[in-house]
Amino acid sequence: MENTKPASRGFARHRREDLIGKTYTYLCVLMLIVVIVSIVYFVASKGLATFTKDGVSLAEFLFGRNWNPTGDTPSFGALPFIAGSFVVSMLAALIAGPLSICAALFMTEIVPGKGKRILQPAIELLSGIPSVVYGFIGLTVLIPFISSLTGGTSVGYGVGAGALVLSIMILPTITSIAADALTSLPRGMREASYALGATRWQTIYRVVLPTLAPSLWTGIILGIARAFGEALAVQMVIGNAPFLPTSLVQSASTLTSVITLNMSNTVTGTVQNNVLWSMALMLLFMTFVFIIAVRLLQRRNKL
Amino acid sequence: MQTSTQPRFGTEELSVFYGTNEAVKKINMEFPEKSVTALIGPSGCGKSTFLRSLNRMNDEIASARVAGRIWMDGQDLNDKNTDAVTLRQKIGMVWQRPNPFYKSIYENIAFGPRYHGTRGKKQLDEIVEQSLRRAALWDEVKDRLKESALSLSGGQQQRLCIARALSVSPQILLLDEPASALDPVSTGKVEELIIELKKDLRIVIVTHNMQQAARVSDSTAYFYLGNLIEHDDTTKLFSNPSNQMTQEYIMGRFG
Repeated sequence: MENTKPASRGFARHRREDLIGKTYTYLCVLMLIVVIVSIVYFVASKGLATFTKDGVSLAEFLFGRNWNPTGDTPSFGALPFIAGSFVVSMLAALIAGPLSICAALFMTEIVPGKGKRILQPAIELLSGIPSVVYGFIGLTVLIPFISSLTGGTSVGYGVGAGALVLSIMILPTITSIAADALTSLPRGMREASYALGATRWQTIYRVVLPTLAPSLWTGIILGIARAFGEALAVQMVIGNAPFLPTSLVQSASTLTSVITLNMSNTVTGTVQNNVLWSMALMLLFMTFVFIIAVRLLQRRNKL
Repeated sequence: MQTSTQPRFGTEELSVFYGTNEAVKKINMEFPEKSVTALIGPSGCGKSTFLRSLNRMNDEIASARVAGRIWMDGQDLNDKNTDAVTLRQKIGMVWQRPNPFYKSIYENIAFGPRYHGTRGKKQLDEIVEQSLRRAALWDEVKDRLKESALSLSGGQQQRLCIARALSVSPQILLLDEPASALDPVSTGKVEELIIELKKDLRIVIVTHNMQQAARVSDSTAYFYLGNLIEHDDTTKLFSNPSNQMTQEYIMGRFG
């Protein structure tokens, strides 16, 4: 019996260490969960108050085209902003998607060594530039340029400028995800295609890209999500008029730009303030949708 | 004899450099028709590098340079003016790890022929069936051609890769340790397949397994440090090698 004593003391210590470690990680996770749940609860309760407490109809919020929260007969149609958010994000992805995937292909397939050494830091730099700088450049360079393109018939603000600025901002996101996916592709896959007499381009089009399609879509969706959530840079170039975007060079708004512009002008608890929370809830909901989409794609990627 | 009219396939003074390192040194070798040639030797002896240079796969590695000549039907395959893409259609290759495309079983086989101009559904169906039959896989997969190739077992995947290589009707098949990642049963199937396939193909196989070389090959070549030490009939090389180094290598493994 006495022989087992030193061993059991060590055992007790191990148990105690395990317990401490376990408790610590559990506490951290618990804190994270509490934070997430309370944020969601807070945004949801505020956002839903517009409909439950202030009696704004959900249909009006989602499909109404008229935004006039402070008028004599206030109206809360957020469709122009919802549409604005979707239009700029999709356009940005449309511009940045092909560019990023080509950049990633260049880095990994065409000039693997040098291309990656030069492009990778450049793209990382791009992702490190603060969004206000992007917005400022857009405002100073892009807006006059777009205006001159239209022959002065437009000032230049609009979803076109917003999408261009956003496309540059999401370029690094999509490029680095695409490049990671490309480097992770087993070498044998390419060799098998070459060995069958396929050229490099045939290999890229028919083997590399289709195999990686889920990962590439993941990159594009994460890019869209980032564009959807970006506020400052967009707000600086989109014009901020509460209209449905019908032209690339017509002043419009997004959900985020309306929130940043109006949050300090409203009083907490009023319908004008609550409706901004409804938009925040909408953004939260869309993020959720994007994350689910990425999850589904990743599951497909594993095959 | 027909020998004189049969096309000749072999190398002349073939060297492969990685940077300044000469990984394969001036190899002269001939691969006879309808026979299996095994390349053996310790790891890093250059046998795989040599094999890869035969269908110009080393072109895809920036630091690699191949000097010398690879003769096929009187044409130098290593010549700058020889289109590597076309020649690879004539020289199929299978690797150590099964590497099917992330596509259906059918699409894996139809991939090559499509590139070489076969578009008709009926023709493609025929090629797919024929290739899978030649790779002894047809009976196992004929009812699930539309399923993902990744749903097959490792051994089946490897035979699928062989079928894929056969789909473009190559005259030569290069096998780089085709069974080393497989279990004994699958290995047996692949070996049977090699013996069956040599009836109408030249086959060159790199293997670490000397029993395998003895089982499937007609002639065996022993590589050491980038040099071809000895190339002889398999029975002769394993029973009575003329070179001392070959003998030591074989004895070391068997003894």
